[in-house]
Amino acid sequence: MTRGFPTLLRKEVMRFWKVSFQTVAAPVLSALLYLVIFSHALSARVEAYPGVRYTEFLVPGLAMMSMLQNAFANTSSSLIQSKITGNIVFILLSPLTPGDLFAAYLLAAVARAVVVGAGVFLAVAWLVPLPVPNPLWLVAFAFTGAGILGALGIIAGIWADKFDQLAAFQNFLVMPLTFLAGVFYSVDSLPPFWQAASHLNPFFYAIDGFRYAFLGKSDVSPWASLAIASAAFCALSWLTLRLLRSGYKLRN
Amino acid sequence: MATAAVEVRDVSKRYGALRALDGVSLTVEEGEFFALLGPNGAGKTTLISALGGLVRPDAGRLSVMGRDVATEFGEARRLLGIVPQEIVFDPFFSVRETLELQSGYFGLRDNGKWIDELLERLALGAKADANMRSLSGGMKRRVMVAQALVHRPPVIVLDEPTAGVDVELRQTLWQFVRELNAAGHTIVLTTHYLEEAQNLCSRIAMMKAGRIVALDSTERLLAAFSERVLRVKLAGCELPASLAAGATVDPTGWHRIPVENATQVESALARLRESGARVSHLEVTEPELEEVFVKIMARGYAPDREAA
Repeated sequence: MTRGFPTLLRKEVMRFWKVSFQTVAAPVLSALLYLVIFSHALSARVEAYPGVRYTEFLVPGLAMMSMLQNAFANTSSSLIQSKITGNIVFILLSPLTPGDLFAAYLLAAVARAVVVGAGVFLAVAWLVPLPVPNPLWLVAFAFTGAGILGALGIIAGIWADKFDQLAAFQNFLVMPLTFLAGVFYSVDSLPPFWQAASHLNPFFYAIDGFRYAFLGKSDVSPWASLAIASAAFCALSWLTLRLLRSGYKLRN
Repeated sequence: MATAAVEVRDVSKRYGALRALDGVSLTVEEGEFFALLGPNGAGKTTLISALGGLVRPDAGRLSVMGRDVATEFGEARRLLGIVPQEIVFDPFFSVRETLELQSGYFGLRDNGKWIDELLERLALGAKADANMRSLSGGMKRRVMVAQALVHRPPVIVLDEPTAGVDVELRQTLWQFVRELNAAGHTIVLTTHYLEEAQNLCSRIAMMKAGRIVALDSTERLLAAFSERVLRVKLAGCELPASLAAGATVDPTGWHRIPVENATQVESALARLRESGARVSHLEVTEPELEEVFVKIMARGYAPDREAA
């Protein structure tokens, strides 16, 4: 890590903070709308876990879904904007190492995810007050979940040459995988095929484990979820660092 | 022997079938004001990008002040400041924020004094807190110059810094760059304004199709490829035979008589007077880099040695 790393991290945080209406307030509002609509439509009919109100089940999942989507949006949009406007050249001309770039972009994505997640909980606190009996699990899954998507966003941002390629990545991969990760329902309630398919989705483990921090209940053991989410995070981080070191699409 | 400011050895880079750089070698000594000239697509920007680590060459090596740009990239980049050709900016930040961030990337914390000086020297003081988006093209370019200089690099590369820039800024910029050069900074410049290169640079490399086709001191290139010429237009008479030998005439009636010095100009004029010719227009043109450039691009030039 060079001495330039804190500055790049600060820049990446300032970048989303300066437009926080769009990068924080908007996703919090979306989550709130999901909550209002789904809780109104489903709370009488669905009981995900015995003795747990549907809204209590829904809120941690919604918060995590927003965190995942915003972590991805932060790294990917920053990179593609810098690439398309060309200003990434001044970062590439500096002594910042691939490790600096990776850590700064990733931590800024985690920061945005945490701010958005906190925003969701604050916004719904009047409707669904939720205690956190297992805060360590909350921290562990917030970091690994946001880390997975932050790394994926770096990869997408490096790979995409145009905004529509990035949008395709977001709409056809990130959105379906986050929506189908058991945010709105317990995966255990699905038919066996879809249950098995859900278990192949790494985002499911981030959401399921995150929910455990609040409810003390989950579809899969939180230890197993943490192991799988961490493995996914490590694999994506390794790939991201490899891409950054190779100079793929950035230095050619 | 002192370390070269820039050392390029057998560097090649292909993009598909295009040889952007084809075995380029050159050395720029510390403290030089060096021009890299060539038509569009000659490989100048690719070479500069390779020096800054923005492009990885297929073969060869490059170094800045003795630091290899691939294996010692951190050190090499600290020693180098590049002003890219394309205007780029980050619309999220103000001018001062842009410069503070750029300082931070180099690990420089309290760089405010130098940033203030840069803002002042580049006439950006009034715009320090303006968002980058609100700046004119010329101002954005000045910010890019400041960005390239925040870490006080000993080697400064300017890739067409005056393209599309008004006269006043050009003069401000050149005065500043001349001072930096006088203070010991090595300057490498690419430009399409050849008179700028002729006035500023002591040594010139010319590139064509990814190769160096000329590399010599400005003086020697001018002496070898251009000449001082006496041009006259006559009113209804011919050039005397004693002058016509070495002279040419263009379709608009201008006679072009090569002369080496003022004495020869005088004697040519004396002969004209003696022959009774009436001169309607007269001018003496100095050797021009443009002529050198056109000739070298047309017929090529094999430098017999690389001037050190």
